[in-house]
Amino acid sequence: MAGTGKAHLRNSPDVLLSVNDLVVEFPVARTGLKVNAVSGISFDVIKGETLGIVGESGCGKSTTGRAIMQLPAPTSGSIDFNGQELTTLSKDEMRDARTKIQMIFQDPISSLNPRRKVRDIVLEPLLVWKRGTQEERDILVNRILEDVGIDPQRAAESYPHQFSGGQCQRISIARSLVLDPQMIICDEPVSALDVSVQAQVINLLENLKAKYGLTLIFIAHDLAVVKSISDRVLVMYLGKMCELASSDDLYARPSHPYTNILVDSIPEPDPEVIYAPTAVMGEPPSPINPPAGCRFNPRCPNVQDRCRVEEPEMREIAPAHFVACHNPLTY
Amino acid sequence: MSEETIIVSDSPDAEINAAIQKKIGWGFWLAISWVILITLLAILAPYLHLKDPRGYFIDIDGNGRPPYGPSFEHWFGTDKDARDIFARTLHGARISLIVGFSAISFGFLVGGTLGIIAGYFRGWLDKIISFTFIVLLSFPSLVLAIMLTALLNRSLFTISMILGILSIAPVGRLARASTLQFSDREFVLAARQIGASDSRIILRELLPNVVIPMSALALLGMAVAIVAEGGLAFLGLSVSQGITWGSLIQIGSDSATTLENAPWIAFFPILLLFLTVLSLNFAGDRLRSHLDVKESSL
Amino acid sequence: MNDSDPRTTTPLLEVSDLKTYFRTERGTVKAVDGVSFSLQRGQSLGIVGESGSGKTVLSRSIMGLLGRTNLIREGSIKFNGQELMGLSVKEMRSIWGQEMSMIFQDPMTSLNPVMKIGRQIAEPLMLHLGMNKSEARLTAEKLLTDVRIPEPQRRLNQYPHELSGGMRQRVMIAIALACGPTLLFADEPTTALDVTVQAEILHLINEQRVDRNMSLILVTHNIGVVAGNTDVIAVMYGGKIVEKAPTKTLFSSYKMPYTEALMRSIPKLRQASHTRLATIPGRPPDMVNPPLGCNFAPRCAYARPKCLVEEPGLTVTENPEHVYACFYPVGSPEYHERKLELSQRSDLLSTGGQN
Repeated sequence: MAGTGKAHLRNSPDVLLSVNDLVVEFPVARTGLKVNAVSGISFDVIKGETLGIVGESGCGKSTTGRAIMQLPAPTSGSIDFNGQELTTLSKDEMRDARTKIQMIFQDPISSLNPRRKVRDIVLEPLLVWKRGTQEERDILVNRILEDVGIDPQRAAESYPHQFSGGQCQRISIARSLVLDPQMIICDEPVSALDVSVQAQVINLLENLKAKYGLTLIFIAHDLAVVKSISDRVLVMYLGKMCELASSDDLYARPSHPYTNILVDSIPEPDPEVIYAPTAVMGEPPSPINPPAGCRFNPRCPNVQDRCRVEEPEMREIAPAHFVACHNPLTY
Repeated sequence: MSEETIIVSDSPDAEINAAIQKKIGWGFWLAISWVILITLLAILAPYLHLKDPRGYFIDIDGNGRPPYGPSFEHWFGTDKDARDIFARTLHGARISLIVGFSAISFGFLVGGTLGIIAGYFRGWLDKIISFTFIVLLSFPSLVLAIMLTALLNRSLFTISMILGILSIAPVGRLARASTLQFSDREFVLAARQIGASDSRIILRELLPNVVIPMSALALLGMAVAIVAEGGLAFLGLSVSQGITWGSLIQIGSDSATTLENAPWIAFFPILLLFLTVLSLNFAGDRLRSHLDVKESSL
Repeated sequence: MNDSDPRTTTPLLEVSDLKTYFRTERGTVKAVDGVSFSLQRGQSLGIVGESGSGKTVLSRSIMGLLGRTNLIREGSIKFNGQELMGLSVKEMRSIWGQEMSMIFQDPMTSLNPVMKIGRQIAEPLMLHLGMNKSEARLTAEKLLTDVRIPEPQRRLNQYPHELSGGMRQRVMIAIALACGPTLLFADEPTTALDVTVQAEILHLINEQRVDRNMSLILVTHNIGVVAGNTDVIAVMYGGKIVEKAPTKTLFSSYKMPYTEALMRSIPKLRQASHTRLATIPGRPPDMVNPPLGCNFAPRCAYARPKCLVEEPGLTVTENPEHVYACFYPVGSPEYHERKLELSQRSDLLSTGGQN
């Protein structure tokens, strides 16, 4: 599994974002070693679609999201957004391009400046870009705050710590909307929230996506959440791709052994489902020195000799269902 | 979305922290009141009906030879030249406080700016600035101060500058550390991804956060600067023209006989210095611990 | 499941009318407001609730781990027949670790970063059980094997930062188990971990509970986490237990509209994607000024005037182990009547929205 390849890329005029052979490496201080955070992944997102990216921590899913924003810029690979190559843009051009792609982060409280009033936080992007007159800005900010369910009056008077975690996430969403972006990258936006609040934020994102005509990339480690919101889901492992399929298809027929383990390990709210650990999973190896061949081979229950030497490529095993595995589960 | 208002969600620890969040306490306000009172008295000293701090109130007939002890006429007594200690102590507060305040302001302006720049941009800039701080800290500060005061003219300005230079490194290191901590927060990343410039991020996002822990250090630093000025004055190396707490203490304790026969000469300036430094330290410390609690519950 | 009849044996833990209040500037926060339950030896209890429901405060209050300043703690906590309320910290120390221990949410902050794993496990063994150094080390190694840490001997000489999050949580479990406690608290033990690791850790905790005949109190906001791992579930809301039942009974025939709402807000794998999730409107009550009647009434779709003025006590169902606090529980005629009204109204809304 955990491989490379581009068989799954689509050739459609509606492709908004196309990522090719993305590689992100970080040097390890004073050792000359490097962390292989993302090692050659490719995917595309069509206008109006929601792509979910799932995987364990350290699989490179958040790094991928940030690399699209050039925060920091990837080591190599190309990122085509709406016909514009983001990796070769100058600093100023990139600043401009970032207004079209916005990001929401995991920790709703850490992503808001604790010393600024909430309304000013949402207004800030408009001031940075000097958009509209003061009157126009006020109208826009009030409308967006209402859209995300925050009282503009209260926002004008209060600081982030006076709001709950879920409300702070709504404020982050409002800030990402004011520049009228085409795409929003949501990096674990509900992981820090209570289950009951998660549902509200997910519903909100679905509403806003329809209302503002957004395209979403939704990064999370919780498969049930990703499934709920996504059209297509990409499973990542240790900087590589494992499987890509429509979300219903992926969960109904996981063909990558890793996807299968992920699906199995979700705690189901049902006492009849008794969890039986699928073999001994162990933990992901270090991304500094990833295994040869398929990166999942040391933990894979179906491992064969070939997996230890040859890296699998993405291939279509059913219509629009792609997997990078030499030995996929029967479909 | 009107049907979906929100539910509080915080970590369990935040739940408890919020419940036991402390008040800053009356001690802080008492300390601050003292600092404000002494500052007001110092500012208003020339306009209060005090005795002339430079006047000689010799009264051989009534009281014999000076120094005179505390009396209704001279609340804090007089020194050997029959100068009124109460008036001199309040006037002395002027220079001591000005030195303390301007030294720490200079330290903040230079050290704070360097620290924030180092913490935000990191890389080689950080290496150079951090190294400078280490070099500054490696000088024995008292020796450096004595050396400089011996070489330069001892005006109010130079004394403040010398103490200010000494405060650059500690202030700068705190500014750098808290900038490092805050610039890892996602709101800084969020500001970058909306296209805000570096200067805007530093001024709008980082400064308001970094200033808070630094304000506690400012109070502590002012206390240190006042004591340092006292130390220099005691060695006869402070502001050559004018009265400071340090020089008053020096006059009052120039020999064991003076301390024994006229303890009030040194006692009252020491008392005021002590109370002021104590108040500044206490207020700074309370402010710091109060802000820490707030911080953890954010 | 514990098959012995709970009424004939003395329970391991018996909490009666436990109240835990904090004095704050705003007033008194009634974090836990009259909670009673009992737990048999070997039984596991899941405490489920949103943030602010008082679930974390409840577990820390039972263990006596809350600071003493600005704290009001009343009621009775009987452990093995001994009253814990009013014991000094010194007296509690002989209970902590040996009788009760706790696993926290964040394994990184609960381990000492500058002490080797081996010493962190061995220290309580030497302190409480009077073992010598080599005995303690052998026991520590065995504990690490028990919690399935590979190469236990090497791990003993490592520092916490050298281990992954899942490994650290295993070490925390080993430390909690070291002195053979009879009651284990686990406060959101898997929230900070990856899904694959979550399931393994829950499985491990449960397996150790059975092996050692311990009782377990598992505190979580995710009802999915407790589903397969506990005998009994207590749902907390606004500092009170609002429903308590054996796990299977709770899932099959919950009575509280709050329990229902909590269950329906979880995204489930068997639902198609883009299924609209049910949410709970409003926000949890302000525990300084809790509502007059039922705490949940202001957010409850099935609330009636009576709920706003009168507080429901705990009602026992035909199953004596199943209690709930509601005037119009799921399945009652009033519930069905309101449900019908609601579905008609939402039909109207959805057709109205399309036009």
